[in-house]
Formats: sequence, C-alpha cells, structure tokens
Amino acid sequence: MSSKRTIAVTVNGTRYERNDVEVRLTLADFLRHELGLTGTHLGCEHGVCGACTILLDGRSVRSCLMLAVQADGHELLTIEGIAPSADKLHPLQEAFRDNHGLQCGFCTPGMLTTLIEFLRDNPDPTEQEVRIAISGNLCRCTGYHGIVAAALDAAKRMRATR
Amino acid sequence: MKPPPFQYHDPRTLAEAIALLSRLDNAKLLAGGQSLMPMLNMRFVLPDHVIDLNRVAGLSYIKETAGALEIGAMTRQHEVECSDLVRERCPLLHQAILQVGHRQTRNRGTVGGSLCHLDPAAELVSVAAAHDATIVVTGPQERREIKFADFPVAYMTPAIEPNEIVTALRLPLWTKGHGAAFVEFARRHGDFAIVSAAALLERDSGGKITRASVTIGGIGAAPVRATEVEQAVVGKPASDQLFRAACESCRKLDAIEDIHAPASYRQHLAAVLSRRALEKASGLAADAPWNRMH
Repeated sequence: MSSKRTIAVTVNGTRYERNDVEVRLTLADFLRHELGLTGTHLGCEHGVCGACTILLDGRSVRSCLMLAVQADGHELLTIEGIAPSADKLHPLQEAFRDNHGLQCGFCTPGMLTTLIEFLRDNPDPTEQEVRIAISGNLCRCTGYHGIVAAALDAAKRMRATR
Repeated sequence: MKPPPFQYHDPRTLAEAIALLSRLDNAKLLAGGQSLMPMLNMRFVLPDHVIDLNRVAGLSYIKETAGALEIGAMTRQHEVECSDLVRERCPLLHQAILQVGHRQTRNRGTVGGSLCHLDPAAELVSVAAAHDATIVVTGPQERREIKFADFPVAYMTPAIEPNEIVTALRLPLWTKGHGAAFVEFARRHGDFAIVSAAALLERDSGGKITRASVTIGGIGAAPVRATEVEQAVVGKPASDQLFRAACESCRKLDAIEDIHAPASYRQHLAAVLSRRALEKASGLAADAPWNRMH
C-alpha cells in the first residue's frame, strides 16, 4: 500500500525507471511529464478521442485510461518509436504524408499507433474495416477520407515489402 | 493530475484481493479501467483505495464446461472477440463483442468489468440476459452463483456484496447451429447503443421454431426479455410476417427517457430491432440493407 511507487518501463526499446511516482498519475501524463515523450497527445482524457493511443505489449490502448503504475514491467511503443531511424519514416507515416492523412496533426499519433496494430493483424483490409478500426479516433480536420486512403495505401506498401 | 488521491493496491491472488476489499473502507476494484478510469479522471468517484485486479492470477480464461461457456471475469473483451470457441458455441457473444467500444478499449476492457458497471445499454449485459447467464461471485467465506435475472437490483447496481468480487460469467449453451443475432442502433460505431436487440433461435428439422430468446437492451435500467415475442414465435416457422407481427408487442415495453431519445422512440426501436434480430438469426436478412458488416 502506498501513494507513490517506483516504475520501470521499456518505451520504444529504452528502459526508464522513475522513483516516487504518484499512483494516481495516468500513463499518458507519465509519458509526457515524467519521460518527456510529448508525442502522445491528450484530447479528452476520458477515453473518447483516441489521441493518447499507444501500444502496450503490442496492443493498442488508451494511455489516459491506465495508471502509470499499471504499466510497470511492461513494454510500450509510442509515436516517437515507430520510424525505423532518425532520417527514415515508417511506411504508414509516408502514406499519411502522401495522402493528406493529417492537417493539424493532433490526432495523428493516435491514428498511427492504432493503425500499426490493425495492419499487423489485418494486412489487407477493406475500406470499411479501416473505417471501423479508426472509429475510436476522432479527427476534426480531415473528414477522415485522407486518413482512410493513407491506411489503405500504407497497407499496400507494407505488403509489397513483406 | 486528473484522478483524485487514493492508495493503490495490486494483489496477486483472489484471496488477497477479497481480504483487502473486506478490510478497506471506500475501496474500488479496478478491472479493465475503461469505465472506472474516466470516472476517476472526471472525479465522479472519489475512492480512498483502488484495488487493481490486473495482476491477480487465474481470472482470465474461456472454457466450455458442463453445457456452458465459462469466462473468467478478467478476460479481456479482445480475447473474447478472437476466441474460436466463442465464435462457434456462442455466436451471439461474438457478434455483440464486436460492437463493444473500440479496438483500443476492448484490448483493456474486461467481461467482469462490463457486467459490474451494468450500463443499461451494455452489449455484454444483454448477452448475459439473453443466455440466462449465471454470474459467479466470490467472497471471504464462499463462492456463490447469481442468476442473471437477479443480478441487476437498480440502475447500474449489481447484486453483489461490498466484499465480493465477480469471478466468472457462465453462459448456458444452445444447441450447435442455433440462430443468433445481435443488432443495435447507435449514433456512432462503438457508442453504447440507444437500443439493442439480441435474438437466439432453435428450430426443428421442419423449420419450426422450438425455442426463442429475445432481449432488448437500453430500454430499461437493465436489459429486458421480450417474453411476449418469444411466446408468439415458438411453434411456428420463421417468416418476415410472423416476426413483424410478433415484435409489435415491444412497443408496450416500459422505456426510459434521456437526452439521447424519448421513450416512444426507444419503443419504436425495440420493435424494429427485435424484428431485425429475429430475421438475422433465422437467415432471412442476408440481403437486407441494414445488415452490413456487424
């Protein structure tokens, strides 16, 4: 029993340990404020907008709906970790750029992390399957059309390099 | 910091979790967190203690046992979605789970959490009602079983004692090859339904309906069984006309009103969706325009 804990997580392949973390701190705030990984965005902070989506042990989750202490010992992937190197984009990022899959960019980290898991499970999706996959991610700019096109284009590119 | 201050406990065994729950005042159990965490972030709940069940061993499983499908309370909704056993033996649950929230919430959300939250429109709660489920509950002294009909005692209030934990959901199975359909109306995919309908059907070799279960979710404080519809269709062969006439009785069900819909609209949806569910469960809806992917 305590209101503070030591938390050790692996994020994007790097191990981080932080002492005296308040147990009520959400995982999203832990990533942003304790680790400085501000690529994970926070929109609604109650599980509706999907902007804070990250991968926990390979599965997409809303990081605003988890306590940081619950991630202790787990492996996380955030938007900062998806590009293969500093000068090369992930095919999904390239497809978003080429298909106008983003405007302001606020929802983009959540869209990409959601789609990384989805395209891994379903490498050749239909348009409707893509729309359902991103139904938990709100975008207020694009009208979704560019995002859906980007996801389908990314799936094609990723299949080609398999 | 969004959530209010609390003490955090992460027991490793069910016995430890129950002991904590018995000892601590104003404690909340944290399962998948897809309802409790928003409530904490918005400070709708102010617990002194949060008991996290995520590291408790033995509560996550799906198995067939004595004519029933038993699902551990901490089984993630995503695991239910991917289970071949569920798809084959409990197709209603498979269809329903695809309409629970989104991929990201199903990866965390649990079966037991949804049952205990007991939202009037929750898909899993409707499946429990449709299958005459049994809820397995464990307390300091004993394990007991609650029939689903006795589980909701009031709006979002399950019949569990403060020192008890829901440990499993048991769904009695219908015969292999039975008809099942879960349809709902929501403004956006993944939202709680405004109204949902679940149908289960068994038919004899001549096509006559021998057993039926029709459940309406979102219309009352808990899902209700449309017993009048069930009685009207049993003994007859499935047809559009039969279902259309039988489902009219749903317009007489007591209905709640809120910002999403007035009672009369919910009653209308109950009549339409119960008919669609019966049509889909009996294979009459393959070409219907409303019958898309889910």
